Amino acid sequence: MAGLTGKDAVLSAYAEALANAPKGRSLTQDALRRLVNNKAALVSIFILVAIVLFALVGPYLLPWSFDKIDWAGIRKPPDWEKGHYFGTDQNGRDMLARTLQGTQMSLIVAAVATAVSVVIGVVYGAIAGYFGGRVDALMMRFVDIMYALPYILFVIILVVIFGRSPVLLFVGIGFLEWLTMARIVRGQTLTLKQREFIEAAKAGGAGPFTIIFRHILPNLTGPVVIYATLTIPEIIVTESFLSYLGLGVQEPQTSLGTLISFGAPVAEALPWMLYTPAFILVLMLVCLSYVGDGLRDALDPKDR
Amino acid sequence: MLGYALRRVLSAIPIVFITIAVCFFILRLAPGGPFDGERALPPDVLRNLREYYNLDKPLPLQFVDYILGVLRGDFGPSMVMRDFSVARLISIGLPFTLMLGFAAFAIGTAAGLIAGALAAFYQNKWPDYLLVFVVLIPLVIPNFLMANLAQLVFGVYLRWLPVGGYQPGAILNLVMPVLILSMPHGARVARLTRGSMIEVLGTNYVRTARSKGLGTRLILARHAIKPALIPVVSYLGPGLSYLLTGSLVVEQVFALPGIGKYFITAALNRDYGLVLGTTILYVFIILALNLLVDIVYAWLDPKVRYR
Amino acid sequence: MTNVLVVDDLDVTFALHQAEVKAVSDLSFSLAAGETMAVVGESGSGKSQAFLAIMGLLARNGRAAGRAMLGEVDLIGMPGDRLDAYRGKDIAMIFQDPMTSLNPSLKVRTQLAEVLVRHQGFAPDKAGRAVIEMLERVGIPEPVKRASAYPHELSGGMRQRVMIAMALLCRPKILIADEPTTALDVTVQAQMLELFKTLTDEFGTALVLITHDLGVVAGVADRMMVMYGGRCVETGTVDELFYDPRHPYTLGLLHSTPHVAKRAQRLDPIQGLPPSLERLPSGCAFHPRCAFRFETCFAERPQLLPVDGGARGRACWYQGSLKHEEVA
Repeated sequence: MAGLTGKDAVLSAYAEALANAPKGRSLTQDALRRLVNNKAALVSIFILVAIVLFALVGPYLLPWSFDKIDWAGIRKPPDWEKGHYFGTDQNGRDMLARTLQGTQMSLIVAAVATAVSVVIGVVYGAIAGYFGGRVDALMMRFVDIMYALPYILFVIILVVIFGRSPVLLFVGIGFLEWLTMARIVRGQTLTLKQREFIEAAKAGGAGPFTIIFRHILPNLTGPVVIYATLTIPEIIVTESFLSYLGLGVQEPQTSLGTLISFGAPVAEALPWMLYTPAFILVLMLVCLSYVGDGLRDALDPKDR
Repeated sequence: MLGYALRRVLSAIPIVFITIAVCFFILRLAPGGPFDGERALPPDVLRNLREYYNLDKPLPLQFVDYILGVLRGDFGPSMVMRDFSVARLISIGLPFTLMLGFAAFAIGTAAGLIAGALAAFYQNKWPDYLLVFVVLIPLVIPNFLMANLAQLVFGVYLRWLPVGGYQPGAILNLVMPVLILSMPHGARVARLTRGSMIEVLGTNYVRTARSKGLGTRLILARHAIKPALIPVVSYLGPGLSYLLTGSLVVEQVFALPGIGKYFITAALNRDYGLVLGTTILYVFIILALNLLVDIVYAWLDPKVRYR
Repeated sequence: MTNVLVVDDLDVTFALHQAEVKAVSDLSFSLAAGETMAVVGESGSGKSQAFLAIMGLLARNGRAAGRAMLGEVDLIGMPGDRLDAYRGKDIAMIFQDPMTSLNPSLKVRTQLAEVLVRHQGFAPDKAGRAVIEMLERVGIPEPVKRASAYPHELSGGMRQRVMIAMALLCRPKILIADEPTTALDVTVQAQMLELFKTLTDEFGTALVLITHDLGVVAGVADRMMVMYGGRCVETGTVDELFYDPRHPYTLGLLHSTPHVAKRAQRLDPIQGLPPSLERLPSGCAFHPRCAFRFETCFAERPQLLPVDGGARGRACWYQGSLKHEEVA
């Protein structure tokens, strides 16, 4: 499900620019300034913040919680008087509350999985880049192989074997999403390694891991932030797909994918059950895509 | 060129082997299995089952047996669909999945190339803006949702096309699955083609070609297309993997008899024999197609061969 | 001698995000058959853009106005498909960077032969033979083998020779060479200039040599045109301009070119930077860097006027002699 935002290309271009410009920080600031000037990206960020806030705070403001059954209102269309603003499902649970809960779950999965993939990718890439030579060649060959393999199959196998807990879902997805991050970090590390401050640290007797963690990683903030922005939508899609197959988040917990998989078969009779979660999912993905495009343009102004 | 191709083929063999090994051991060592039902089975039944499925020997021996079997085209028996061997199930599902995948690949690639090239040619005019917008749709709406929505609109509301299922010869049943599968692929190809074509049209060598008075058609056909295709072709490898994994979705939503459907059913039922067999097959197909793409790439970009 | 190219009031403008930028203004000159004219100026002086405009090769946002008469036809504003009848046949161009100006995915033979097929109607095999012959003429060893090579298999000098061969295949009336030696080693540069001289003499081709290097001009060109800020500021024969420059900018250029400057006894770079075309100075564009400036220079732009009633021209308000008032 990768390639939604073409992050490999964006990040490589950015990393190249970082490597060529000695003042990496001002490059990132420049890009941020251009991003803020991009209206579509700015509106998208605003909508995303609103969705996140509403998903986190909203459930406390609604009259119904996501797992509470309203015996008087089963399979009902939106009804403002009763407080079912988006209708109810076959079990009489409030769709808005469920959608908010599902959004929350999708966001948490995306955040945790992205964090896992960042950690793995950074550590792997930094080690490969720092030690270089044969270690690097071997480690990067492994990444190339992994790139060629259909990773969704492995996620499914992992989920099947280790049960269907959301935690595993986070880790499993993150475990297979780190490849791009590793490539970028390796490239950056190779460049940073040549710099004087690393030489100075070495001369001062610092070991390789001290150098990696204290001197190289802090210089990777820019790429990591961008990588995360571009990875989150991919993971949201992956999670919703797995949940749609019944391999992801389980009842009574729910996620956008789970909700869609329950809504789809009954969409003719109870359309609100499909369209409510589908709308939120697509809205988030559209916004994230505009933010991603905005980032790409901000980082690579010659593209226009 | 031939030597290059041969080198690439040889380097792919260990990858297949390692993948088989990793999947095999993960699945064998996993807790739980297809025989952990609601009721515990009597010990002797379990022993017979383990013997039948070759699970009683030491693990390394099982692995050797399995590899030898795979080399003969025998993937062992299915553990859930008891009367079928994995090879038999694959031989039913594979042709269908390949047909679905290649049809979507052909349609998506062709449409993407044409649309992308047109957009590049009319850069910043209305055909370009239209394409950039249209291409966004399949990229932001996940495939499974798109499939569901298409089912609703064309199958349920409009009743133009069947909602799902497939019998041999039912071409109409394939229209929606193939188009849905081809859309994200076509969109990515179109984006890439547009970008690389714009870049190539601005290069010095295209300017040289214009200075020679060759005419637009010849410049596009001889000078621009080949280099513009390089990034597109290098995408086709990963693109094929996305298509195959996308076929998981489409086969599931439209209830089509391909290996993707078998894979998911097997995964849900913990049918490890079938999971292993279909995974190996997927990996093999994807590596083979990637190899093909690499060789085409070497033909497009003469510099690659000398690395 | 007849003129092969007459340019009249050529303007080149580029549409940028906010504003329009004028890269070339009111450029007029003529080029006689077989002569060699050098066009000299710093980067951003509009020298390349003027000739790209004549070839119809401006970037998408570029626009040309004025006239450029190739015999009876005006090249400016002519649609691309009609231009193609002249480009590569009567008027050819060589670009600065031979590394990127040849198509990396096509063999040398293909890239050369297509010119003959297009303009002379040669059959492919006949074109192939003519290509080998031409490669030999431009001094490429083993031309048969090189013809089947891809550009990346050739050295920079070799590639520029291929470019020259490509441009001369149809024996054009005019050859425009845009900084043809800049990207090459110094040792190769001299050979390349020699090659230009012999081949254009032999084919009777008029050569326009665009360069920022007066050292290149000295041995090769008959006439030269000095450009600054998109305008011609001085023009005349090479001897006239070298021994008796009448524009302070020409004088400055001479002083900043090592082996030409020997006559002036010292190397004396021009102060300041070339102007940005987006914000050209008022009056004479050169005045901020000029040692001879006075009030008029700030306010009014000097016209290109004949000097001594001859073929020379210059655009400068200063009337005194430049020789005795060199400024440190």
